[in-house]
Amino acid sequence: MSGHTRPALRDPAPLAWALVGFALLWVGVFLVLPLVVVVTEAFARGWPRFIAALQEPDAIAAIRLTLVIAAISVPVNLVLGVAAAWAIAKHEFYGRGLLAAFIDLPVSVSPVVAGLVFVLIFGAQGWLGPWLQRHDIKIIFALPGMVLATIFVTLPYVARSLVPIMRRQGVEEEEAAATLGAGAVTTLLRVSLPNAALGLLYGVLLTNARAMGEFGAVSVVSGHIRGETNTLPLHVEILNNEYDEVGAFACASLLALLAIVTLVLKLWLERRMRLRAGEGS
Amino acid sequence: MRRRSVIGATAALSLAGYRPAAAQERSLLNVSYDPTRELYRDINAAFSAAERAAGRSAVNIRQSHGGSGRQARSVIDGLEADVVTLALGGDIDVIAQAGLIARDWRNAFPQRSAPYRSTIVLLVRKGNPKNLRDWGDLARPGIQVVTPNPKTSGGARWNYLAAWGWALAQPGSNEAAARALVQALYRNAPVLDTGARGSTLTFARRNIGDVLLAWENEAYLVLAEFGAANFEVVYPTRSILAEPPVAVVDSVTRRRGTEALARSYLEFLYTPQVQGIIAKHFYRPVAPQHAAAEDLARLRDIPLFTIDDVFGGWAQATAAHFADNAVFDQITGAAR
Repeated sequence: MSGHTRPALRDPAPLAWALVGFALLWVGVFLVLPLVVVVTEAFARGWPRFIAALQEPDAIAAIRLTLVIAAISVPVNLVLGVAAAWAIAKHEFYGRGLLAAFIDLPVSVSPVVAGLVFVLIFGAQGWLGPWLQRHDIKIIFALPGMVLATIFVTLPYVARSLVPIMRRQGVEEEEAAATLGAGAVTTLLRVSLPNAALGLLYGVLLTNARAMGEFGAVSVVSGHIRGETNTLPLHVEILNNEYDEVGAFACASLLALLAIVTLVLKLWLERRMRLRAGEGS
Repeated sequence: MRRRSVIGATAALSLAGYRPAAAQERSLLNVSYDPTRELYRDINAAFSAAERAAGRSAVNIRQSHGGSGRQARSVIDGLEADVVTLALGGDIDVIAQAGLIARDWRNAFPQRSAPYRSTIVLLVRKGNPKNLRDWGDLARPGIQVVTPNPKTSGGARWNYLAAWGWALAQPGSNEAAARALVQALYRNAPVLDTGARGSTLTFARRNIGDVLLAWENEAYLVLAEFGAANFEVVYPTRSILAEPPVAVVDSVTRRRGTEALARSYLEFLYTPQVQGIIAKHFYRPVAPQHAAAEDLARLRDIPLFTIDDVFGGWAQATAAHFADNAVFDQITGAAR
């Protein structure tokens, strides 16, 4: 930690301790305690029940669907996010502010509303519904709709992580590359992206975590068909509704594990980014 | 090069992972309401076994469960249900109005297309500490009632109408008295979950409330799941006869070519074997002679009134009580 080089504000000691204590208590009650409950409940009836719950065909189908959705939506958002961040951070054009605002839109829209929007567009009573039905194309209540909803909800994360880093780095290196005759794509792939590689990883990490954990939007377009259109978070809800607490907490513990892995990677990345920023200055 | 192969692998994985139901496999999608999960798990296994025993291939029945009204909405929006097995006729009527089901679906199967019945009972804490015996007790000050929201839940509508119908049947009663009782009842109901299962969990697992208004089958399931030592089923002096109906979704089965299979699946619900399963899961079979005597003995015989007799059917009940600004909105202060 490089925190020692810059001293904190000089609050009187009792106040500082009170603040630290309050923060720790807060984190403990709202973050650590639920995680502990999830894990203890998952193992409440021992290892065999835990393993059996995860080997159940519907649970396996839910895990697979969750992975498939993430495997499609993360790369799509990677490409979209890089393109958007590059445009916003490195270029001047009319409507740049508007583009930046629109990319942030999914963060402020309730996921349920986002899901309903897709139902209104692709549902049987929606704008494209009759056409889709005539051509036997399934979007809503099938994989495509769930992927679309996930892409929508996770759209901002890559761009949001990249823009500040790309901005900070300025455009000098890109200008140098252009002077040396590099095209736009070469500049992006050889100069801009490598410089922002950690930010990119950070964005992908957040996108993936959100894609696998998304509940609201996916719930609206899922149709809740067991073993078919249930993602892991939806499956947790179903198991809970069926009084299968061990099963519900076993599946929830997988999601908790994902959260912990994400957290550790995030800390590591942040540290690397701080170190890199330190080298630069 | 390596980056490209990663993308290739991802695409291949996603293709392999997503297989729409293959055409040659015989499958049906049954879109149902909340408390029927355990019931249809048994029925579906029995149906598939019966088909195999008859020399045909097995049938994969896929299930989707949720609040009845919400499930109807999903079917209208394109959820490809071959059959719907919902909590109330009004929800199937809505699908029929959207043109997906024949208007006279009520006459497609015996017993007005209701292969099982149920009623609404009171589930209280063991020993009945608040001494809740009948609908009138629920209006007492200081009683906490748990029931779902009639706007989203089919079971909740049955609860509401059961209380209303009981009040109307009291000596010297009238509409105003019934309205006063139901208003007091909902004043005692601080949490309105969206579905019957949500309310059951609120009452049984989170230990909130003095009484749960529940489907009879749901109440007995709580005794089985959470222990008969903690809860007690109380039968009111009078309740409603709930007839959860079933229907083939014509537009879907025509498109998928599953008309005959869907029909035989719903006809199967009336067979002696399934009537027995129905009683085992605490529903009231329409052909009780085929059910085990000890299963039937658990379901008490109390006076039951029908929605047609007291409310003139679902269309009228919905318009008078549950539509926007109708009685439910008025008594809960949501009317504008």
